[in-house]
Amino acid sequence: MHTETEARPTGEAGAAGAARRKLLSVAEHTIEIVSDAGEGAQKCGQIFGAVSAKMGNGVWTVEIIPAEIQPPPRVPEGASGYRIRIGSQPVTNWGDATTLAVAFNEQVLLARHRLDALAPDAVLLVENKWATDEDPDIRAAWESAMSELSGREYRIVPVPMEEQCLTLVDNPRKGKNMFALGMLACIYDRDMDRVREQIAYAFRKKSEEIYRSNVALLELGYAWAGEHLDFRIEVEPAPSSGALVVMNGNEALGLGAIASGMELCAMYPITPATSVSHYLSEVFERFGGIVHQAEDEIAAVGVAIGASYAGKVAFTITSGPGLALKTEFLGLAVMTEMPLVVVNVQRGGPSTGLPTKVEQSDLLAALFGQTGDAPHVIIAPATIEECFHVMVTARRIAEAFRTVVIVLSDANLATGVTPFARPKPEVRWQAEPLDLAPVPDGQKAYQWDPRTGLSPRVIPGQPGGMYTVTGLSHDEGSKVAYSSGVHQHSSAMRSRKLAVLQSLLSPPPVYGESKGDLLVVGWGSTKGAIEEAVDRARADGLQVSSTHLRFLSPLEPGLKKIFKRFRKVMTVEINYSDEPGEPFITDENRRRGQLSLLLRSATLVDVDCWTRVPGEPLRPGSIVEAIRSQLHHLHHSPRGGNQS
Amino acid sequence: MTAHSVHLPVLELNLEDYEYEMSDYEGARARWCPGCGDHSILTAVQRLLAAEQLAPENTVFVSGIGCSSRFPHYLKTYGFHGIHGRALPIATGIRLHRPDLTVFVVMGDGDCTSIGAGHWVHALRYNLDLVVMLLDNGIYGLTKQQTSPTTPQGFRSNTQPRGSWLPALNPLQVALGVTNTSFVAQTAEWVPAHLYATLRAARQHRGLSFVRILQRCPVYSSAVYLEAVQKPSNINMLVHDDGVVVHELDKIYTNQVAHDPHDLDAARRIAGATDRVNLGVLFRDGSKPRYEETRRVPPRTQAERVALIDAELDRYAI
Ligand SMILES: Cc1ncc(C[n+]2csc(CCOP(=O)(O)OP(=O)(O)O)c2C)c(N)n1
Ligand code: SF4
Ligand SMILES: [Mg+2]
Repeated sequence: MHTETEARPTGEAGAAGAARRKLLSVAEHTIEIVSDAGEGAQKCGQIFGAVSAKMGNGVWTVEIIPAEIQPPPRVPEGASGYRIRIGSQPVTNWGDATTLAVAFNEQVLLARHRLDALAPDAVLLVENKWATDEDPDIRAAWESAMSELSGREYRIVPVPMEEQCLTLVDNPRKGKNMFALGMLACIYDRDMDRVREQIAYAFRKKSEEIYRSNVALLELGYAWAGEHLDFRIEVEPAPSSGALVVMNGNEALGLGAIASGMELCAMYPITPATSVSHYLSEVFERFGGIVHQAEDEIAAVGVAIGASYAGKVAFTITSGPGLALKTEFLGLAVMTEMPLVVVNVQRGGPSTGLPTKVEQSDLLAALFGQTGDAPHVIIAPATIEECFHVMVTARRIAEAFRTVVIVLSDANLATGVTPFARPKPEVRWQAEPLDLAPVPDGQKAYQWDPRTGLSPRVIPGQPGGMYTVTGLSHDEGSKVAYSSGVHQHSSAMRSRKLAVLQSLLSPPPVYGESKGDLLVVGWGSTKGAIEEAVDRARADGLQVSSTHLRFLSPLEPGLKKIFKRFRKVMTVEINYSDEPGEPFITDENRRRGQLSLLLRSATLVDVDCWTRVPGEPLRPGSIVEAIRSQLHHLHHSPRGGNQS
Repeated sequence: MTAHSVHLPVLELNLEDYEYEMSDYEGARARWCPGCGDHSILTAVQRLLAAEQLAPENTVFVSGIGCSSRFPHYLKTYGFHGIHGRALPIATGIRLHRPDLTVFVVMGDGDCTSIGAGHWVHALRYNLDLVVMLLDNGIYGLTKQQTSPTTPQGFRSNTQPRGSWLPALNPLQVALGVTNTSFVAQTAEWVPAHLYATLRAARQHRGLSFVRILQRCPVYSSAVYLEAVQKPSNINMLVHDDGVVVHELDKIYTNQVAHDPHDLDAARRIAGATDRVNLGVLFRDGSKPRYEETRRVPPRTQAERVALIDAELDRYAI
């Protein structure tokens, strides 16, 4: 660590400083701003991210969420903020570690250090007022934090943020974030007109005076950095790629739901799914839709089922604990072949688990959580862009196949923000208007095509229908089954639909060479990190490729064939699996990653897994390590590959 | 005559002129036990449907699970036989999307007041335009005689063989305690004329009409309503021009109590009375907000929606 108080005194004047200024040109940089909750770090980060996206950089942002709603000031648990990874190519994931941080106190910085969130050589701009605080405890805390941080090669730059802000405003707690934004704008040479524009947008509901004061602080930070910092960082914009939009995954899910023509979102608040309904509550009515906040998750799915039954496919949105509650109703929807879209924005589990953190632990619950045989569809968007489109696909499949579609997103997609190609909404994405034409004479409630299991849907209001649907086992006329053959046949019909859907899917593309030593298989939000890891490993000469599944039920076709072209197949997932070599763990009793379990049973290939539950997205660097160690094992174990 | 047996194509049928008869609403043959009170309720409902001339295709019966919840199967309307305790959320979804449909909900006492109690309270508050029938036999019938919340204290069942431990839950008091409740009535299946008149009043009320129907289960809880059935003097008939008045019953049920159903305090007193069984409309207030109307939004065509989404995407454009 070098602290720069003496080497480059902060009071030193501009011209000389400028002469020594270094310009660091990099392909990407990861910036974060951390503070106590309520000091506006998130707003600063959001604006910086939005401006960077508008200037053409690839961008991926994530929120840093404190563990408590109102933590006391200056404690590591209170670290709140925003991380922005920008690049000269599209950025698909949050990366490995922060390379430049702005911290409003040393305690929140310490929290990030302890989480291993900071790159070993990160630049850390930290508010310096605590070093000389009149409270001896605070001074001591500063000293001890600095000594803990000194274990790394960080470059720590104390910044008199508060002292500077006080020259303009009385309450620096409100406004330090704009000073910080100004510093970042200077370091990364952001277009100040765009920054001001973005501030105006962020404070559009506030007074002109607040806008002006924020801009003054912004300019102060910019000027201060211009005078006192001896480095600038350049990240070239990404090659332009047509019209883009920028949003987080939950907004994308909400917009996608609107684009699909669904008109009812029934939900009960639960993190990290709720923000979809916050967004929809703002806008949905303009589109002819409503958000119904039900009395609980069971009611929410029941309301959605009722609405779907009445003719307009509806959706419910939840997270792990809520999905558990919906279980019985999902069985009913499967049994009555009711089109239904269920979005599960996964968080850490089991139980209340890690409410704000990402995990991919609900795959098996989503697939097998219902009692009895309850075949249904599961799709997992892999990117924020796919969060938009998946809703359109899910609604169409639900309707065409008279089935339940569970969409598995997660906290990483939910809160990550990145630009993507602007969707071009089409009329055909939407549900058809209700058709209440009479039911053709003799048509049954479930007129199953004996090959496909598909049957036309009948909705109330159609003369000649008047069936009673039931969760009891029933024949094609919806008559309760009293003979044994009926349940066998109806089970087959419901199951067949999945095979038919699979026949319409294509094998997943392989990223990298189509054969080699190792194939990494992923699903959901890890795609960006896995592919980045594959790129890095291949650059090091490793024979590794990856493939990413969107359909988990039915699985995409052709997997076995793809797997056979690799010596080893390994899933990478954010869920728990036992580590080989740990006490008592054997090859037989080892509990494996959830996708790997499915793939093993579907392909009979000895699919291994590398899974972690760190309460944060996977870092590409850790995946590279996992790839390396798997390949090391492969090359050095007597039996080598598994593809016997 | 059913729509199916009409030789003309259904579309050419002039519905203006067609008169539905009770038999038009007959579904599968009812499989309740002989003597089960549910039979009489089914008949009263069919009579109501014919009297109201409700088109079978625009009428939906939603139920949970229980003997009573078999109800929709025995009608020739649309029906949704759901899961235990959850009829009301399904009915809510139907009403929210399709206010053009007439929706009835049928629940047992276990269904409504035990496993579905949460939904029940909230449905009363939503006050959607629904006729909600609680078929209260004071016992779990389908699962063969377990205690329900409305089982009288001391009544023996398979789960409480030494008699029910707790005083019975009073559904009328619960319903009258919920904010925004708009219609609460009690009737008995063994007084068909009153049952019919009460259901008709419920149907004509706009908002959620909660009707507790005292229902005999001769198999598992025959003792529960024995006294009320045998001694009309144990029954008070609540009468009022805004409630139900069935003159043909005047001679049998001589305890006539004038009760203005707009008087909530009086309704709550009556609901809590334990000396006699009160039949009639306890409370009604047609001015309470109805959720499906509160939440109504202007519909959008597909093309309008595409244009609006495009504009919405502009907000996110870079
Ligand atoms: C989730 C669930 N729990 C329990 C049951 C078993 N069960 C079916 S009906 C019933 C109670 C029926 O009593 P009630 O609702 O009073 O209806 P009745 O049969 O008396 O008409 C129970 C416990 C079930 N079907 N589902
Ligand atoms: S058990 Fe009781 S409630 Fe059920 S059908 Fe028989 S008589 Fe009716
Ligand atoms: Mg009962």
